[in-house]
Amino acid sequence: MGKIVVNRERCKACALCTLACPKKLIVFSKEPNTQGFYPAEPSSDNECNGCALCAESCPDVAIEVWR
Amino acid sequence: MEKRLFIKGNEALAIGAIKAGCRFYFGYPITPQNDIPEFFSKQLAKVEGCFIQAESEVASINMLLGASAAGARAMTSSSSPGISLMQEGISYLAGSELPAVIVNITRSGPGLGGISASQGDYFQATRGGGHGDYRTLVLAPHSVQEMHDLSFLAFDLADKYRNPVVILGDAVLGQMQETMVDRSYRPMELPPKDWALTGALGRNPNLIKSLYLKEGEMERHTWKLFEKYQRMKEEVRYEVLQDEDAELVIAAFGTAARVSKTAIRLARSEGLKVGLFRPITLFPFPGEALNRLSQRVKRFLSIEMNTGQMVEDVKLSVARDADVHFYGHPPGSPPVPEELLEAIKKVY
Amino acid sequence: MKQVFKRPQSLKDVPFHFCPGCHHGTIHRLVAEAIDHYNLRERTIGVAGVGCSVFVYEYFDIDVAEAPHGRAPAVATGLKRVLRDRIIFTYQGDGDLASIGMSEIVHTANRGENITVIFVNNTVYGMTGGQMAPTTLLGQQTTTSPYGRNFLQDGYPIRMAEMLATLEGTSFSARVALNTSANLMKAKKAVRRAFEMQINDMGFSFVELLSSCPTNWGTNSLKANERVEKELIPYFPLGIFKERKGTDHL
Repeated sequence: MGKIVVNRERCKACALCTLACPKKLIVFSKEPNTQGFYPAEPSSDNECNGCALCAESCPDVAIEVWR
Repeated sequence: MEKRLFIKGNEALAIGAIKAGCRFYFGYPITPQNDIPEFFSKQLAKVEGCFIQAESEVASINMLLGASAAGARAMTSSSSPGISLMQEGISYLAGSELPAVIVNITRSGPGLGGISASQGDYFQATRGGGHGDYRTLVLAPHSVQEMHDLSFLAFDLADKYRNPVVILGDAVLGQMQETMVDRSYRPMELPPKDWALTGALGRNPNLIKSLYLKEGEMERHTWKLFEKYQRMKEEVRYEVLQDEDAELVIAAFGTAARVSKTAIRLARSEGLKVGLFRPITLFPFPGEALNRLSQRVKRFLSIEMNTGQMVEDVKLSVARDADVHFYGHPPGSPPVPEELLEAIKKVY
Repeated sequence: MKQVFKRPQSLKDVPFHFCPGCHHGTIHRLVAEAIDHYNLRERTIGVAGVGCSVFVYEYFDIDVAEAPHGRAPAVATGLKRVLRDRIIFTYQGDGDLASIGMSEIVHTANRGENITVIFVNNTVYGMTGGQMAPTTLLGQQTTTSPYGRNFLQDGYPIRMAEMLATLEGTSFSARVALNTSANLMKAKKAVRRAFEMQINDMGFSFVELLSSCPTNWGTNSLKANERVEKELIPYFPLGIFKERKGTDHL
């Protein structure tokens, strides 16, 4: 049982987190941030197990993880 | 009876540096200054200091940058071609406002040149030398005693102004042996180095850098350095001899001044009224003192072991109605007094 | 639920200005994590190289010195010789370390200076717009090798981790990558081990991290990750090339 929180303003939509997530749970927001990027966001909290691989792969330290 | 030593200029300088608290030396061998690294390689271990023969002069100046950033008194030495290699590092030291002492035992150039003394690095030393709008303090000894005593001053001024200081010697000064008084170092009162990088324990992190990219930063920093160089003017030092009745005054520094002193004795014995103005700080140049002298004395002879460098500063400093002549003794061998006497007579 | 992942304390809470998908941010975080793991923040001094590495002082909450291009190992030597009980690391790119700084890195390793070097190898000069680096691969197009790197003209790419491992002064030399989670975990271990070597006074420690530069590779971050796997790793093999045990060099 896990949860991630993405800092929308720090995310540059590089998509490395989508590569890392073993369950492919990360999608991109329809709303851009002030930099013009469409940030990553979790698609569903129920399936996330808080493995934190997304956060480990994020070059912008934009993801926090709870388990 | 004060203790005297009979030693080489290079060693006198190194002895003075250790007395002044220098515990870190980084350098690379080059003639004619090898006595300096060799001395430090033996002596620093005895005072729990650190000597590194670096892989190049480039590495030397950068190790000096690191040691200085850590708050230590540290120095390097080299000779002309090696000093050229250090210019980038010196520019960074000045831009980062780090104290450092750099000794140039000048040899002949340009290029590989020769190993005999010259004064061909005056421009390099006094005009910054590397890129950017900066200056280094430049001290010019003319005796083994001064090679020793000026190293005290070099470390104090470097710390006082957070700036690199160049001691501009030459092959003759480095290699000659003379007696000198074994003076003690009396520390100058200086502020603590709270800017140094020692690990941010119980304080905000410190930063040593010279990069200024943000709006207005570079301009502010440049003027800050400029103001510092203006304040450095109070460190001006020079020697004036027999100027009261002089018809002609020789302007010379270092070994050229040393030989000029003998030439002046010869001239005076022939009735010629010749004096000497010897800058000890080449930056800041004692222009105001020289200008005051030129209100009364109207003829100057700039004597240098090059083809004309300090003479430009002499011309810039003297009154408009004073004549400035130049005698250049290019590198190859030191000038002799008789030769300088001839030069004096030509313009007297 | 408790928090299992957050920003390390040594990393300032400011946005990174690196390009999207650039691994510099990840590497900064790995270094900060190692610093925090051993509680080193208040006794560590970083030395920044020149290039995209130059902004280290903006991001790490520690004392930092800026070195001239290539000279960080020499500056670090000066710092470490004065501050023997402090932790000194350099952070350099492939131009800084393997081109202009080649003399400094080889001799600093050879002297066995007890410092840690973080080497970011992305096979190009990033900051200056994508010129050829000593690590640029054969056939790779860059702004100064528009026809692709050719060994007759430019020589072969240089393998730093192996080369430095041959020196007696080197206590730890490893090459890692960040393009997969598995590689990233090994990278994290290697960075931590490198700092551990310094803490234990073992001598010179070195980690080469194969990284992406999506902007100057002319691609996106996902394809860049693929390139690391398909092109970089075959030429720059991952592994630990030297790991000294005990003080067997004394």
